[in-house]
Amino acid sequence: MASYKDPTDYISHHLTNLQVKVLDGWMINVDTIVNSFLLGCLTFGILWLVARRMTSGVPGRLQAAVELLIEFINGQVKEVYHGKSTLVTPIAITVFMWVLVMNSVKLIPIEPLAWVTHLFAPYWRPVPTTDLNTTAALSLSVIMLVVVFSIRAKGIGGYIHELFCTPFGANPLLWPFNFAFQLIELISKPLSLALRLYGNMFAGEVIFLLIGMLGAVGVGGVLVAGLLHAGWAIFHILVVALQAFIFMMLTVVYLSMAEEHH
Amino acid sequence: MNIGGTLVAQAIGFAIFIWFTWKFVWPPIDLAIETRRKKIAEGLAEAEKGKAALADGERQKSLILKEARDQASEFKALNEKQAQSLIDEAKAQAKLEADRIIAAAHASAATELQKAREQLREQVAVLAVAGAEKILKREVDAKSHADMLNQLKAQL
Repeated sequence: MASYKDPTDYISHHLTNLQVKVLDGWMINVDTIVNSFLLGCLTFGILWLVARRMTSGVPGRLQAAVELLIEFINGQVKEVYHGKSTLVTPIAITVFMWVLVMNSVKLIPIEPLAWVTHLFAPYWRPVPTTDLNTTAALSLSVIMLVVVFSIRAKGIGGYIHELFCTPFGANPLLWPFNFAFQLIELISKPLSLALRLYGNMFAGEVIFLLIGMLGAVGVGGVLVAGLLHAGWAIFHILVVALQAFIFMMLTVVYLSMAEEHH
Repeated sequence: MNIGGTLVAQAIGFAIFIWFTWKFVWPPIDLAIETRRKKIAEGLAEAEKGKAALADGERQKSLILKEARDQASEFKALNEKQAQSLIDEAKAQAKLEADRIIAAAHASAATELQKAREQLREQVAVLAVAGAEKILKREVDAKSHADMLNQLKAQL
């Protein structure tokens, strides 16, 4: 069991990534990558197993649960996206499931988890979505997909035309303003996506750590910390699912907007 | 905070997971759900059809029943008429027979009477002859007096 100098040390310790230097001095957050990949493989592996044994007859329990989830996502997609692409629902499923599972790690009490992870690593942040790298990777990928969808729907010329001629008009004098406006939109979308998820998850994690510190006060502190932790965790079930849902919905909305002609 | 390598790795992971979901997870699930949806829709349509067929059958049933009832009553009337005519015929025949029997009886009675009368006549002749014999106290030659006796007989 690790011991900490003071509360600041405790919190910063739990918020430090396990970093490994790779070529050119790039630092890699090994914990984030390993956790997110393991969780992703687990999640999509289970989905794949269920998908392989899909029956259109009477479904088993697991199949019914998966169907419920997938149908819910597909229903949301169908409500928002009216284009022809068959890629949107898989994107939505991937975003929702992956973010949901990564967020859900947070519901595991952080200190007992640290006892296990500290057996093999000095630092190990369990929740990949509390790392801005993860949320930024997701949002930047989404915005790249938005650009791809736009170009596919309008053609490269059409997309460039849109970048310069909307929203203010096609007058050449307005081109810089249009482009600036579009650029802001292109940057603000992934920025807000990434920061919303990261902020919610990071802040929640800090609250968990603050509650956990009460345990250092004594028996009474442990009891109060337990109660508060339970309350915050129950509230976080909502936050975890809601943030995943918001990320998915905005992704679908951006993708459907990308195919709309202005 | 250091942004860079981790971000690239996560983006690659995201791309792989999207591809995997698009290729292996979503299609079979979508197919199964759509197939089931179609099955259910077909089942509902079948049920609707069955209901319509049932109503149709009910209508046909009442139609056939009514027809059968009509036919039965028709048959009944016909039978009654036929029975009546049979009875009438039998009655007529019986009357004819009775008349015939009565007529025959009358005829036979008449012949009986005639016969009796003949016999009586015969006997009267014999008696008359016997009487005459007694009166004459002698044998009458039946052969010689036959003509006379026959004349007498005819007169009776």
